[in-house]
Amino acid sequence: MAGSTLASPTANAPVPGVARRKHVSPGMESWIRFRRHRLAVAGAIVLGLLVLSVALGPILWPVAINDIDFTAMLQGPSWAHPLGTDDLGQDVLARMLYGGRISLAVGLCAMFVAIGVGVVVGAVAGMARGSVDTALMWVTDLFLSLPQLPLLLVLIYLFRDALKQIAGPEVGVLVLIIVVIGGLRWMPVARLVRAQFFSLREKEFVEAARALGASTTRQVVRHILPNALGPVIVAATIDVAVAIIAESTLSFLGLGVPPDIPTWGRILFDAKDYLDFAPHWAFFPGAAIFLTVLCINYIGDGLRDALDPRRVI
Amino acid sequence: MSQYLLRRTLLAIPSLLGISLVLFTVLAMAPGDPFGELAQNPAVPPEVAASLREKFGMDDPIWERYVKWLTQMLQGNWGFSFVSRVDVDILIMQRLPATLVVIGASQLLALLVAMPVGVYAAMRPYSLFDQIATTLAFVGFSLPTFFTGLTLILIFSITLDWLPFVYQSNVNATGWQYYWEHIRQAIMPVTVLGLFQAGVLTRFVRSAVLDVVRLDFVTTARAKGLQERVVIVKHIVRNAMIPVVTLLALQMPAVFGGAIVTEQIFRIPGIGSLLIAAILANDTPVIMAVTFVFACLVILFNLIADLLYGWLDPRISYR
Repeated sequence: MAGSTLASPTANAPVPGVARRKHVSPGMESWIRFRRHRLAVAGAIVLGLLVLSVALGPILWPVAINDIDFTAMLQGPSWAHPLGTDDLGQDVLARMLYGGRISLAVGLCAMFVAIGVGVVVGAVAGMARGSVDTALMWVTDLFLSLPQLPLLLVLIYLFRDALKQIAGPEVGVLVLIIVVIGGLRWMPVARLVRAQFFSLREKEFVEAARALGASTTRQVVRHILPNALGPVIVAATIDVAVAIIAESTLSFLGLGVPPDIPTWGRILFDAKDYLDFAPHWAFFPGAAIFLTVLCINYIGDGLRDALDPRRVI
Repeated sequence: MSQYLLRRTLLAIPSLLGISLVLFTVLAMAPGDPFGELAQNPAVPPEVAASLREKFGMDDPIWERYVKWLTQMLQGNWGFSFVSRVDVDILIMQRLPATLVVIGASQLLALLVAMPVGVYAAMRPYSLFDQIATTLAFVGFSLPTFFTGLTLILIFSITLDWLPFVYQSNVNATGWQYYWEHIRQAIMPVTVLGLFQAGVLTRFVRSAVLDVVRLDFVTTARAKGLQERVVIVKHIVRNAMIPVVTLLALQMPAVFGGAIVTEQIFRIPGIGSLLIAAILANDTPVIMAVTFVFACLVILFNLIADLLYGWLDPRISYR
């Protein structure tokens, strides 16, 4: 690999004099590399502001989300309603601040489900090898070729009523959405973890641990997994964005959260029939989804530079 | 080559069986019942509902129903839509062409945008062009398709009134006018889906080309005195396409997802909008068949990707 072009100016470029500088911890080194990716830092700041405003929103903007006011229907942005009102005169800003919590929480939780399943499947396949590995990878490939959105729609539709009875209308549907979105997104993580395990389990430090009598669990948890985590964190970041889009898509198609939870996708679904005389109603939630996803994608890109310097896209 | 094709096709059969098993189990285990509405209908006596259930074999064990269903599917008997009162295969065949046209055209648009932009950006990494292209690609695949769709409708249909936003399969025109109307109404859906795909693809192409550019055979090709155009097209791009084709095939489920959303927004009479209508109407045979068709399409595109792979990389094709 005689290279003339570096994959990235920040990655694997030997900085002159760095060897003689005082010791930098790996975490610090990653932070330094992340900081060099300006757009990732900007993304992190904007996302932080979004999360903060969604978390503190109802305190800063104490307007009820279901305060119906027929004298102020479908109004554009004004001082009383900074993002306008919807067809029932409800304040769009208040609804977005409330719904944003759900959208972001669903994205995060679905990511944790996907990463959890992916890491377990990948780790088992990577450690067991042989027929277990073959079987698990066949299942992974099978899931990869499942048509995800159709299946998502079908699953949510079919199991919605049953879960509503068990866990109440709101919690039930949200849990279902999280589990199903996460359950259809674990495959890339599993492949990633398996590949990492294959190379790491042959490394000297793992062999040394094995020679010292470390059990398989200890080898995995203490030695292999921490070293395989970099790419997983990158994948996890991107997965949050994918899950947010998936949830919004479901809500947009009218098959997601119940109508009384105004997630961003749901607001768009309600707004799309009034596009010609109240475009602001659809614009703001759409822009919020776009901004969040863009920020997360940039953060993922910066993390890739920071944690996974060998493979830079 | 034909042996390779045959082996690949045979390998696809277990996946298809696995997918059909997953789909069937999901639908069979679901609490929703295709006869649920009959049971609630007071005009239908419970004995009639029970005998109907028995007639359709609803009380048999799941595996027996799966085998029956599979044999029927293989014989081309795809069931009968409860809602539309038409055979499911006729319904799907009516709807499939629109979906395939939109998906095909948008993939073509994505490739036409992503290939030159990705290659050009990777040949000049970190130049102004590269930075603009990378940023636009990021924006492209961060924009959800439903939002771009609504924005385009707002701009081109409502504000400017240039393009129709409801797709009509029976256009009242003949000759050139007929084709022109079809193209006009396909512009927005194809753009929405194509630009999203182009964003994803540009990144794939750029990183694949970046990986290839620094290999020794490229230096050799330049040292031989080949023209830059020949080096790029015949040496770099051909080798960079190998990983791109794989990623393209893996991207297909996402493309179908995007197609469902676009069909729903622009009311294209394709199988995506058919699926949503069927879900809302609890039309189980149609849901089952459409999901299965989507799965078959994904597998088919994987197969095509494998064949392209063999053509691009002769080292693996006859192995």
